Amino acid sequence: MAATSYFAPPSLSMRATAVWRRNFMVWKKLAIPSILGNLADPMIYMFGLGYGLGGLLPAALPAFGGGSYISFLAAGTVCASTMNAASFEALYSAFARMHVQKSWEAIMNAPISLDDVVLGELLWAAGKATLSGVAILIVVAAMGLTHSPLALWAIPAIFLTGLAFAAPGLIVTALAPSYDFFMYYFTLFITPMTLLSGVFFPLEQLPAGIQAAAQVLPLTHAVALIRPLLFGRLPNAPLLHIAVLATITVVCYWIALGLTRRRLLS
Amino acid sequence: MNDPLIVDNLHKRYGDREVVAGISFTLAKGECFGLLGPNGAGKTTTLRCCLGLTAPDGGSITLVGEPVPERAREARMRVGVVPQFDNLDPDFSTTENLLVFGRYFGLDDATIRARIPRLLEFAGLTNKASAAMRTLSGGMKRRLTLARALINDPDVLLLDEPTTGLDPQARHLIWERLQGLLAEGKTILLTTHFMEEAERLCNRLAIMDEGRIISEGTPQALIAQHIPVSPSPLRPANLEDVFLKLTGHELRD
Repeated sequence: MAATSYFAPPSLSMRATAVWRRNFMVWKKLAIPSILGNLADPMIYMFGLGYGLGGLLPAALPAFGGGSYISFLAAGTVCASTMNAASFEALYSAFARMHVQKSWEAIMNAPISLDDVVLGELLWAAGKATLSGVAILIVVAAMGLTHSPLALWAIPAIFLTGLAFAAPGLIVTALAPSYDFFMYYFTLFITPMTLLSGVFFPLEQLPAGIQAAAQVLPLTHAVALIRPLLFGRLPNAPLLHIAVLATITVVCYWIALGLTRRRLLS
Repeated sequence: MNDPLIVDNLHKRYGDREVVAGISFTLAKGECFGLLGPNGAGKTTTLRCCLGLTAPDGGSITLVGEPVPERAREARMRVGVVPQFDNLDPDFSTTENLLVFGRYFGLDDATIRARIPRLLEFAGLTNKASAAMRTLSGGMKRRLTLARALINDPDVLLLDEPTTGLDPQARHLIWERLQGLLAEGKTILLTTHFMEEAERLCNRLAIMDEGRIISEGTPQALIAQHIPVSPSPLRPANLEDVFLKLTGHELRD
């Protein structure tokens, strides 16, 4: 099959939901430990840095949106945690199903195309990331770090963020020879992005050139969308951020599908 | 009634290597057709093409009346597959494996749950209904895979080396089950390199080597045609003699 036909437009159907349901059924068996496990790491960072480092800072700073450092960091943590959860699911878990367990091959013996399998995995990873993000959002709200009902609008934004990270993750999975490969993605892409997207400190602290470069990072747009909502304000240029995240999702899903077709359907 | 599978002049290349080099065969309804051949003969690639899991470089395939790969998904609605390597879902129990697989066909849970007890009985796994995959033996897993392939009550079964790696008891049990399915009117395409399996199950078979069908017919006709005199005075000629005569004695992997 020629390279062009691997990258032919996706042909999608509702069968993708059967793939989503399969993953959900597995997750249900370990739901509570899974949610708590996903909460622990971001909470440690949020409280450690938020109170430890934030204690050195004035209670309210304009750079932190006029609030405390921990409320600034809390919004960033929601985004970073969503990113991590989507990435882990689209990398390690999807790779296990594709390569180790051969679950995708089994599914494709039924009347489900690879297009639907990859779509189901995309939606699943984004859904699971949404649970992670929302779990932190609940903790943040319970601690009184956000008050506004606008914070509820963060939930669809968290889902969109999940999509925008699940899709590139699936590209890496399509290319991965083994689990070791994922370390490159995290150390070269995810970790630097966490530091360059305004999660821990305002983007404005960075040199102008890096600030400009940060505008192409999906996490920058997730933060720009979600943090104001937690502060009870409408984001600036929300449509731009939504458009960037949605475009990343569609383009990366298409590329991931093409690469996975090349890998599994040759 | 149309023939359930028609393969016409199928070609498949990987780079410069032609893995399937223009094979044709047709399955009649209710028969068991065997594809025999040494490792690397192109059997699995042929099955993958038939299922629409890889696009052929030439030729045409019609499976249960649907052109493949164009309408492979519709065709697979009425087909059951036992793959060469186990891909049961390790995250699920025996029953859950059947339930989840049935959902892939768009069947509702009530329909699937109504079918599960009979399938478990068929597979001899009634007392393993909620067992985890890691606790099943190789033979049990194979039987569960066969039961899984029947969840959609298919017209055609594609079996890729269904008894490889099984002990004789487990193998005989699978054969008995497959004969039962043939008696019910299912059509089976089987790949194997067990000559005894082919002789017992297949109405007709084709011997493949290097991507081509080098001989085709009923087991008895192939033996009569290629080995008119048994190589050993102690036993009659068998399919293994035919196979070795046609595909040679060198190792293939």
